[in-house]
Amino acid sequence: MPSSASRIFDPAAERLEPEKRRTLQLERLQTQLRRLYDGSHYYGEKMRAVGVRPQDIRGLEDLARLPFTEKEDLRRQYPYGAMTVPLADVVRLQASTGTTGRPIMVGYTRTDLEIWTQTVARILVAGGLSCDDIVQIAFGYGLFTGGFGLHQGAERVGATVIPVSSGNSERQVALMRDLGVTALVCTPSYALCLAEELERQGITKSDLRLRLGFFGGEFWSEIMRKQIQSRLGLLATDNYGLSEVMGPGVSGECLRQDGMHIAEDHFLCEVVDPETGDSLPDEAEGELVFTTLTRQASPVIRYRTRDRSRILTEPCPCGRTTRRMAKVTGRADDMLIIRGVNVFPSQVETVLLAFSEIRPHYELVVSRDGAMDQLEVRVEADGGLFSDRMGEMAALRDRLQRRLDSVLGLRVRLTLLEPGSLERVPGKARRVRDLRVW
Amino acid sequence: MTSRCFERKLETMSCDERAALQGDRLRAVVARVYEHVPFYRRRLEQHGIHPDDIRSLSDLSRLPFTTKTDFREEYPFGLFAVPMSRVVRLHASSGTTGKPTVVGYTRRDIDLWARTCARTLACAGGSRNDVVQVAYGYGLFTGGLGMHYGGEKLGATVIPMSGGNTKRQIMLMQDFGTTLLCCTPSYALEIAEVATDMGVDMRKLKLRAGLFGAEPWSARMRQAIEERLGLQAFDIYGLSEVIGPGVSSECDAHCGLHVFEDHFYPEVIDPESGQPLPDGERGELVFTCLTKEALPLLRYRTRDITRLMRAPCPCGRTLVRMERVSGRTDDMLIIRGVNVFPSQIESVLLEIEGTEPHYLIVVDRRENMDELEIQVEVNERVFSDEVRGLEALRQKVASEIFSILGLTAKVTLVEPRSIERSQGKAKRVIDKRVL
Amino acid sequence: MTVRQISVFIENRAGRLEMIARLLGDAGINIRALSLADTSDFGILRLIVNRPADAEAMLRRHGFTLRMTEVVAVEVPDVPGGLAGVLSLLAAHQINVEYMYAFVEKTADKAVLVFRFNDSARAMDVLRGAGIRLLGEADILTK
Repeated sequence: MPSSASRIFDPAAERLEPEKRRTLQLERLQTQLRRLYDGSHYYGEKMRAVGVRPQDIRGLEDLARLPFTEKEDLRRQYPYGAMTVPLADVVRLQASTGTTGRPIMVGYTRTDLEIWTQTVARILVAGGLSCDDIVQIAFGYGLFTGGFGLHQGAERVGATVIPVSSGNSERQVALMRDLGVTALVCTPSYALCLAEELERQGITKSDLRLRLGFFGGEFWSEIMRKQIQSRLGLLATDNYGLSEVMGPGVSGECLRQDGMHIAEDHFLCEVVDPETGDSLPDEAEGELVFTTLTRQASPVIRYRTRDRSRILTEPCPCGRTTRRMAKVTGRADDMLIIRGVNVFPSQVETVLLAFSEIRPHYELVVSRDGAMDQLEVRVEADGGLFSDRMGEMAALRDRLQRRLDSVLGLRVRLTLLEPGSLERVPGKARRVRDLRVW
Repeated sequence: MTSRCFERKLETMSCDERAALQGDRLRAVVARVYEHVPFYRRRLEQHGIHPDDIRSLSDLSRLPFTTKTDFREEYPFGLFAVPMSRVVRLHASSGTTGKPTVVGYTRRDIDLWARTCARTLACAGGSRNDVVQVAYGYGLFTGGLGMHYGGEKLGATVIPMSGGNTKRQIMLMQDFGTTLLCCTPSYALEIAEVATDMGVDMRKLKLRAGLFGAEPWSARMRQAIEERLGLQAFDIYGLSEVIGPGVSSECDAHCGLHVFEDHFYPEVIDPESGQPLPDGERGELVFTCLTKEALPLLRYRTRDITRLMRAPCPCGRTLVRMERVSGRTDDMLIIRGVNVFPSQIESVLLEIEGTEPHYLIVVDRRENMDELEIQVEVNERVFSDEVRGLEALRQKVASEIFSILGLTAKVTLVEPRSIERSQGKAKRVIDKRVL
Repeated sequence: MTVRQISVFIENRAGRLEMIARLLGDAGINIRALSLADTSDFGILRLIVNRPADAEAMLRRHGFTLRMTEVVAVEVPDVPGGLAGVLSLLAAHQINVEYMYAFVEKTADKAVLVFRFNDSARAMDVLRGAGIRLLGEADILTK
């Protein structure tokens, strides 16, 4: 196990005196707002609508005067509306996951990519990574920011990166052993899935050189951390990020495993009451809200993440002076995160309603099959289908399955029920049963 | 010159000047592998060669070959010439049997790779104003990340789609005005088909050029892609052992692929005897990596069949060209004692007017006789509403194949889309024989 | 005066014909006449339906390869020798029949013959000259 006094990737930024950091944040915020007020139709209008001009923001506490940005706002701006530089200056596009139809597309200039890379390198070094490590990245690559984010950061640290991408556990495990992998990057549930595959193949911890794990993309508990650490024989750190803000690298734990250090020189973090939107004091739990300070192509002002957490202010012995955020404890809305993919019950409902053979009675059951999250969609089909038209029922099942898989971006388990099978309750129906143990 | 070079000086220097550069680099790389790679030291010593014996390019043919088997025996890192702490990336290609082929890159190798892929994009007219959609798979396969970093090096806008989710690919092409598409040729056709289903006319989009590679394709397939997607198609070539994509690329003269020979020195040899063949003759392509740090291979046998052409190219690049790869030494099927390359069957099918380029070759053995079946999808251009019209089509395919291979093939006409579409490399052959 | 016919390419495997019939049925399209020409591997299904344009669009959407063809429909008395009379007339004028099929009207004692000729214009002249009634789409599709 590495000692807790790890290196710091960017001491100038990470150990900056808090007072100086606040000054830097304010300067960057003002610069950003001035740019957006005149240069971005979308954000300019938003500020004008509430009558706030950039010069009105004189201190960080004035941030609360600015309007929030919601996920839905960004989706409505598809494709370019929320981007604030010409496409020629954008060198990369990425997208948020698990959305119906139009994804939220975010752009990166060369400078944005550089900052993204650096912020990920910070959390990797904070979690113990060095140039001698061999890092297996089992996050999906492509439009999803998980794979690329960690990839770039690890390359910057100088480690050897193996871009395995997600899936094919058998191969993941073979490469892990054969190539002497020392650090694993994936979702926590996939880490457990790999632990099972190792056991299945009879590979023990001593056959491996694993020592570090960087896990993110979904909620996980301390119990799960203990399990992963003992089964894989590594030190597991949590990290946080979302593509609307940047991707992974927004915050990450140091070796003390006690809260995620936020890259505050680039991302201003607030916690608000999810109901009223009022700012909450440090240490109080509420919804995380981020404002980007340096992002050029796709900046966000007060983006509501719907993730619940709280800000920890006690200085961390690791030497970093940045504030930390506690592990995310849940969602402020009904979004489910299944195998790293965001799923809203409303998406399922929209699909179901398009099928006339289906009755509007359904429930979603989330469970954990071994280490992997499973989403089961249970829905009542029209009675006639059961009695005499088995062929049609099979065809319907196929069509429905394909539609659900493609809309949600993950394989669901579909169960057709006879009419009346689901319990009817007065008032708001209980649509989701989450059987996972955190 | 119409398409601009990404590295003008290196791509247009005189051949003599380049040969001198290659000679220097060859001497250096031989000395380096002798020093740092125990495998090569042993191999050279077995052949009685000392690095001092290699004075110029003309001594190259004295060096032993490196083969896929060497990768297997030295798995995983035995061919690496630098310590792992200097390796920043690993890629792997899945082997047909057992262990994957693992390749490594130093930071400088990654930069070199990005530059040769940027050259590739520039060959197709790419510049920083382009929007490049990369629909090669991302991950261990070098196609996705290779072209990705090439696009970023060029300063273009890169959309890292990876493979699959064809509807979303088309939606983003429309909404972000994609100008360059990178994918396999068979996936390009899949995109065209899905677009037709969606009622999208691809020819009305901003797509200007497509860079297609990673599997063999024919002139007819190129024409179909160009017509249906409304773009100019460019053939690109590479393999992970050498670096990935970015080994050679077609320019808009479309007369062969310029090999980036200042880094990857090509030879063509007789696959049987191993003797170098003169320019213009077809044989197996062999590469020596002159500048790579982590994995500098000497005379790596690609098993790809092509020939080299040195006549000047109108584009101004002085880089030697290789013909489009026409087959694999190891794809060869032996049917009733006849050597058959799937590419031969492909070209027959695709040259027949109107045959949609979707087909499957099925080889089976019945009562000790090999049987060759070719399944061809029928599209509306060739569909006749008379039985004899379809029979004539079938006869035509069968007789063309007979005239080229000397083999009788059973030609089966099948409905559109009954042959499985793949999003990576197309599966064209099913060999059911139990040998 | 010709009638639109839809010709569909189908592989000779179980369920293909049934699938087309079901698709048409589900879309509320009525099949007025059909003929199947088949070989060991594939077949050509020829259909005359009450809503040809809808049927064409629907089958294309389901990925079938098809072609619209103009065919000639004539009405003959449903009695022995009805077909022979027409064929001998055509033979006398050296008009080749590519293919043909027939169906019987439910309500009348007439049979309808559907022809595909290599030279439709000349064939129609000959038939009309002999006083044989040519049917248009209005005559057979609306029933």
